[in-house]
Amino acid sequence: MRPIRLLDTTAFRLTLIYLGLFGVSALALLGYLYLATAGFMTRQTTETIQAEIAGLAEQYRTQGLPRLRQVIEQRSAAQPHRASIYLLTDPSGRWVGGNIDRWPDAEPGEGGWLTFPVAVKPDGLRTENRRAVAQSFRLRGGYRLLVGREVEERLQLQTRIKHALSWGLGLTLLLGLAGGLLMSRGLLRRVDGINRTTEQIMAGDLSRRITLNRTRGDEFDQLAANLNAMLDQIERLLDGMRQVTDNIAHDLRTPLNRMRSRIEVALLGDSDSEALRPVMEQTLHDAEAMIGTFNALLDIARAEAGSERASFEEVDLTNVVSDIVDLYRPLAEDKGQTVETSIAESQKLQANRHLLSQALANLLDNAIKYTPEGGEIRLTVADGPSITVEDDGPGIPTEDHEKVLDRFVRLDDARAAQGNGLGLSLVNAVAKLHGARLVLTDSEPGLCVRLDFRGRRNQNKEEYNHAFTRSTKVAQDHGQEAKA
Amino acid sequence: MLVAGPDLSKMSAMQILLIEDDVDAADYLVKGLKESGHQVERADNGRDGLIKAAAEPFDVLIVDRMLPGLDGLSLVQHLRATGNATPVLFLSALGEVDDRVKGLRAGGDDYLVKPYAFAELLARVETLGRRPQAQPVATTLNIADLEMDLLGRKVTRGERVIDLQTKEFQLLEVLMRHAGQVMTRTMLLEKVWDYHFDPQTNVIDVHISRLRQKIDRDFDAPLIHTVRGAGYCLRAPDPAS
Repeated sequence: MRPIRLLDTTAFRLTLIYLGLFGVSALALLGYLYLATAGFMTRQTTETIQAEIAGLAEQYRTQGLPRLRQVIEQRSAAQPHRASIYLLTDPSGRWVGGNIDRWPDAEPGEGGWLTFPVAVKPDGLRTENRRAVAQSFRLRGGYRLLVGREVEERLQLQTRIKHALSWGLGLTLLLGLAGGLLMSRGLLRRVDGINRTTEQIMAGDLSRRITLNRTRGDEFDQLAANLNAMLDQIERLLDGMRQVTDNIAHDLRTPLNRMRSRIEVALLGDSDSEALRPVMEQTLHDAEAMIGTFNALLDIARAEAGSERASFEEVDLTNVVSDIVDLYRPLAEDKGQTVETSIAESQKLQANRHLLSQALANLLDNAIKYTPEGGEIRLTVADGPSITVEDDGPGIPTEDHEKVLDRFVRLDDARAAQGNGLGLSLVNAVAKLHGARLVLTDSEPGLCVRLDFRGRRNQNKEEYNHAFTRSTKVAQDHGQEAKA
Repeated sequence: MLVAGPDLSKMSAMQILLIEDDVDAADYLVKGLKESGHQVERADNGRDGLIKAAAEPFDVLIVDRMLPGLDGLSLVQHLRATGNATPVLFLSALGEVDDRVKGLRAGGDDYLVKPYAFAELLARVETLGRRPQAQPVATTLNIADLEMDLLGRKVTRGERVIDLQTKEFQLLEVLMRHAGQVMTRTMLLEKVWDYHFDPQTNVIDVHISRLRQKIDRDFDAPLIHTVRGAGYCLRAPDPAS
């Protein structure tokens, strides 16, 4: 796999989106700042000019031209540097009064505003051209009045503000972009690390694990830890599967070999049908036993796949247990055993009745098989709920309690001659399916098997992983079965 | 008490249609069914099977679930939609409880998972083919001198009242309703206990033996017979013997 390109990464795209939003809000903020400063200055100028025009027009109306000229002369004289600009012309356009000598050569802009340069001598020596804005007003009798202000400084200030704001905006975006790049590069480095490890694992090295940055313990470490735990589980399951495959091969080779030898030997002798009959009956019996083994394996695989969980319904353990005891009690009584039951009323839970019954049947079957004649089997359903089956048999050594749950484990060939070594494996699979704990203890003498349904929600996660990896295997089983 | 097999002379031959695409399996089934005294027609795909099943009257249809042309479930659904009520036994490699339920919902009457024993299939086919037709609800069942009062939950043989426990009563009821037919252990486990798994030990044998203690022990002619390699059969004693 090629390394991830920066532009294709989610982190970078998120950075860009973030940057866009950030830019828009910065723009809004700076725009407001601009209007509040430069805009305010412009408004102030125009308002004073308009107020002055209104005042002068009033003077003209009430006291006539001479008064207006006088006022303009006074004001012009007070403004030697032409900070304020006045001009009064007669109907033919000739100069009547004011501090500029002729009508400025500029086209009126928006709102009748004229912008034009004026010559100014700020220190009385040098002449500078400065920008001014002015408004004109037509008086009665054809006279025209021009009132303006020199705004060079204000315009320069506005330009500076504009520049400053643009730079601010640009810098903000630049910093955001750089930050985003750094951030996504940092994220990518860690994702790349995970990818590199998974590639090595896909290439066949299942022992590889993702390195954790334990000092941080952030989401990436959690991800890495989860992936590592998943890999451990997969490795364990693969080992388990390999072992099961070996066991199946071994366990089926024995009866197959027996069948083959029996048929071979029968074919060597006289092949009349009467002589062949017992051979064929034995062979049929062996074939049936093998089919039974396969069916048991399939049942276990189905329970482990967890797909049966979809068919869970409310089941009353009290009924399930009573029914199965009714089925098995005569078998025990035939062996002179007594079955003591203590069954709590109304123990409801979500379960698969079919599989639960089958698991209980296996437990009772085992108990009856291993308990000596005249012995006692105790079956308890308690609040929780939990189911306990205790027998008087030889029991199972504590160190083997884990082992007997594996497939095909028979501790003592002689006494398990009838079984296929899958009974407890199914019980274990059914317990896991229901999120129950299967606990084996010594009841001295004998074995005590307890199915504990309490606190079964805690196991869901493990169960899920388990079910997830198993389902592919069962799907394969089905494929083979369909072909058969 | 041991007899070699079902007494063929007492059973009328059935017309069976086998719809199965696996030629070897079909050959072996046809041979076995014919040797058991039945007449068998075959179809090797769903479409031909449907045409045959619709055209001629059969006592039982044996339908594989996975067929070329038209799958078994659809075939039976089509057939049922036209009002054809011929009993159907599904054969399938799919053995989960869900698959069984689907098969029965589609209109199947029984469901057998591969690989199966021929004796199991034969017993199921014969049970289906000789299902009692809809009759006025019987309140008593009678086989020879054995009588079961379904309302009073009472069983008598000859003059004697026989005391049975709940499951024993149900077991005897199933055997009496299918008198003269072979019931396999699996069938009894399904019908009486509603379990669809193979117990590691033959628990059914123990229950039958208890029932025999009560029904047959003190009488001359046994009613419950063991059919070797298959199961059990309850029938009236042969008048000739």
